[in-house]
Amino acid sequence: MTLSSDSLPQAGLSAEGAAASEAAYDAGQAAGLFQILAPDGEVVRPDLMPDADTQLRLYHQMRRARHFDERGWVLYRQGRLGVFPPFGGMEASQVGTAAALTADDWLFPTYRDTGAALTLGLPIARTLAYWRTSPHGWAMPENLKVLPFYIPIATQYPQAVGAALAEKRKGTRNVALAYIGDGGSSEGDFHEALNFAGALDAPCVFILQNNGWAISVPTRSQTRAVDLSRRAAGYGLPGVRVDGNDVLATWHVTAQAVERARNGGGPTLIETVTYRVKPHTVADDPSRYRTEEESAPWREKDPVTRLRAHLLRTGVLNEESDAALLAEVAAEFEAALQEADTYPDPTPAEILDHVFAEPTPQLRRQREELLAEVEA
Amino acid sequence: MVAAINDALDMALARDPDVHIFGEDVGVMGGVFRATDGLQAKYGVDRVFDTPLAEAGIVGMGIGMGLAGLKPVAEIQFAGFLYPALDQILSHLGRFRHRTRSRYHLPMVIRAPYGGGVHTPEQHADSPEAILAHTPGVKVVIPSTPADARGLLLSAIADPDPVFFFEAIKLYRSVKEEVPTDYVTVPLGKARHVTRGDDVTVVCYGGMVEVATRAAEAAGAAGIGVEVIDLRTLVPMDTDTVLESVEKTGRVVVVTEAPRTGGFHSEISATIAEEAIEFLRAPIVRVTGYDAPYPPFTAIEDVYRPSAVRVARAIRKVMAY
Ligand SMILES: Cc1ncc(C[n+]2csc(CCOP(=O)(O)OP(=O)(O)O)c2C)c(N)n1
Repeated sequence: MTLSSDSLPQAGLSAEGAAASEAAYDAGQAAGLFQILAPDGEVVRPDLMPDADTQLRLYHQMRRARHFDERGWVLYRQGRLGVFPPFGGMEASQVGTAAALTADDWLFPTYRDTGAALTLGLPIARTLAYWRTSPHGWAMPENLKVLPFYIPIATQYPQAVGAALAEKRKGTRNVALAYIGDGGSSEGDFHEALNFAGALDAPCVFILQNNGWAISVPTRSQTRAVDLSRRAAGYGLPGVRVDGNDVLATWHVTAQAVERARNGGGPTLIETVTYRVKPHTVADDPSRYRTEEESAPWREKDPVTRLRAHLLRTGVLNEESDAALLAEVAAEFEAALQEADTYPDPTPAEILDHVFAEPTPQLRRQREELLAEVEA
Repeated sequence: MVAAINDALDMALARDPDVHIFGEDVGVMGGVFRATDGLQAKYGVDRVFDTPLAEAGIVGMGIGMGLAGLKPVAEIQFAGFLYPALDQILSHLGRFRHRTRSRYHLPMVIRAPYGGGVHTPEQHADSPEAILAHTPGVKVVIPSTPADARGLLLSAIADPDPVFFFEAIKLYRSVKEEVPTDYVTVPLGKARHVTRGDDVTVVCYGGMVEVATRAAEAAGAAGIGVEVIDLRTLVPMDTDTVLESVEKTGRVVVVTEAPRTGGFHSEISATIAEEAIEFLRAPIVRVTGYDAPYPPFTAIEDVYRPSAVRVARAIRKVMAY
């Protein structure tokens, strides 16, 4: 949907005008969202309903992700985890999209995409280690093509195009999927990547998680665009806008985009419309820039409880099997935490490891200097 | 120190209607370190505003604003996130006066928190000052005290040419002192003696000044007189003050937290070697980070960043030569 330019937020608007444009903005946000399961539990696209196994698999992965997020907070408060960016409330956006990949595909996550990385199979213990600032969290598993969480904004996007192109040149059917935030989609790298992917027909799936905020900057201050999926059109790509809190919907559209990319149909941009109900990081105080009234409605759109209600209603899940699933998820996490606890602290010289395949003469000397320093 | 920076920005906004402050999260939030706290409320959203998240856009737009007669003061959230803007900086920021024969000039200030010592995540602790110092036409300022931060920032904003202003994250809340309340500037290009001494010259700036000063105290207790010189500005560099000191002491230690190869410490060392080699009684010793990305590993971060112990050891080394 488009808005006439005079209904967009502008500096110097009257309070009334601002309220009207706010309402138009909210309406624009809600318009044209692809859904399978509405927030009230109604199945709006019964024809696209995945089978019960898939529903249960997605639910299980969302529970694993949610559990990580919740335990992560506790561990942070106990000083057993470092500062990390929470993603609770965005599980459908991350799990549904990542679940559409296989282990042969590439995943380019940002720092907020712990849930996506776990879904593809990044071990929980490694993920904990990463957020404990341990080098053990940097060693990526050999059996997966997942990259360490990207800290600079948007740099992963052009790289995903390159990985996708390489797969195509090698004659595989593998694809690359990359995440970005609404804020990140302002960076030049985002636009260059979309243009490259289209021009070079790279088998790429671009996920734009529109969670409403880039630290303190709301999306409506980030860009005049309301429907970010429409950006795809400027580069000749299909763009899809999906309810980011409906895991069945995110899974469905991503699976389709992945399939199209595998079959030579080229890249797709998917905007998942969701919300960052939590602070930017565990150390952030969102009350400085937004009100609880704004966030509250989004807590009611919780993606995990939405699918849970549906599964209970249809009998795919009952209270007992749900409790059993939760116990399994918790046990898996505690075992991983125990494993992470066994990782030793890094030794000083590790700072200089892995800079080059073969350390340069300078690095060798610096290593000797460093060891002499710490021993002295 | 962050309060002094906030105060300088406040004063600059009040004095000159052309001053505009912008960057990521500088508005309502007041910056991730609160350097712009309260300024949007006081001066309005036209003069203190959040930009979209795009560093090349921030610097490029600032260049245009500067060309057209405003005083852009941009914030890059962390110096480690400056890199997307390097195209605008290296291709344009420092060249405009030169390539228009002074028809246009750029009175732009770019502020960026830099450096380590506070356990930040990956890439948040970089010290890329050498890249900027290596860019012709750009001045580079790195204060180490609240009064200096205030006075140097006021000078930077008044300067007709582009100034890069690095703020050591470690010092934001750890150093405190009384600062002037009126318009008191500190000139660019004048180094400062932190301590006086006859035996060794320690040249440093920004976050390393506090470290070097502690080392000098330790050395002083052992009877070694250390002259700690805080450069304050890398471009222009106050070569005279450094050389004068070297001529007196004949021994030099240079300290930065940037990686070793190609750092600004090498420039300082080369200048001394060129201009004062006959006064040197020992080889110049550099105390720096290592040729590896700054580690975010809390357990061993401090191994990378020079400590007072490491600087003190370097002082003893040049004394023992
Ligand atoms: C190049 C760069 N600039 C600035 C930052 C600092 N920063 C970290 S997260 C963030 C906001 C990102 O917002 P968005 O892309 O919407 O993702 P979200 O955090 O909402 O998931 C900023 C400005 C950074 N990490 N990288």
